[in-house]
Amino acid sequence: MDFFVFTCAALMSLVGALGVVLRRNPVHAALSLVLTLFGVAVLFVLLQAEFLAAVQVIVYAGAIVVLFLFVIMLLGVDRIENLRTEPIALQRWVAGLVGLALSGLLVATALVAGDETVVRGSGIASAVAGDDPDANVRQIAGEIFGDYVVAFELTSVLLVVAVVGTVVMARRKQAAK
Amino acid sequence: MTAVVLQPTTTWYLVLASVLFVIGATGVLVRRNPLVMFMCIELMLNAVNVAFVAFAHRLGDPTGQSVVFFVLVVAAAEVTVGLGIIVAIMRRRTSTTADDLAELQG
Repeated sequence: MDFFVFTCAALMSLVGALGVVLRRNPVHAALSLVLTLFGVAVLFVLLQAEFLAAVQVIVYAGAIVVLFLFVIMLLGVDRIENLRTEPIALQRWVAGLVGLALSGLLVATALVAGDETVVRGSGIASAVAGDDPDANVRQIAGEIFGDYVVAFELTSVLLVVAVVGTVVMARRKQAAK
Repeated sequence: MTAVVLQPTTTWYLVLASVLFVIGATGVLVRRNPLVMFMCIELMLNAVNVAFVAFAHRLGDPTGQSVVFFVLVVAAAEVTVGLGIIVAIMRRRTSTTADDLAELQG
């Protein structure tokens, strides 16, 4: 069962990732990104991270991809890109070579480490493992508001800075006009 | 033996995360549309998230999941600022490739 779910989710995310890179239309790329994000959310459930799976769907597939699509439509760049011509000579070959080398390196590292243990429900509270439905949320809340409360407060500063910065950037352009 | 083979282990997740990361990195190198390059950066972030959650599962330590939560927050902030910059650039010029943004080259 786990094998089946893993295979489906992995195929979903890989097909979506290839779609992001290979699709010529940016809208199609954004929709392929949704496929990848849903696949990753399924993997999160499989790895007993239900809270993160929910956040992944809401924040990534909901907010971020909608923001992408909104900007694509706003700028009107949803036309098909010409991928045939190569702007910089040999760029694709070099990029493909670098990609192959990097993937070979990373996959070889993971395979050499070769961890064949299958762990289920040790230390991580999860509804999948048979704990009560809120266990995972409660555990992560305990972590975030306990050990990492300073980092959590700093993320609020980061978000405020990001929002204010975006507003300032948008306003300056209007004043120049 | 077959029961072990049919159960996804940590290695499988790490291999999947590696492949996802490399697809994203190659996309950043190959594509010229800044929006699609941004999406490829999101792909790489997701690959790292999968690795974090896989390690959290393996080690039985929820810290990995907390880290992924922070990565999500930072990714949201990053997308906001990045798309704001892209919109600000695109308003001034009509072309849509990253190659044309070379005016700081001197």
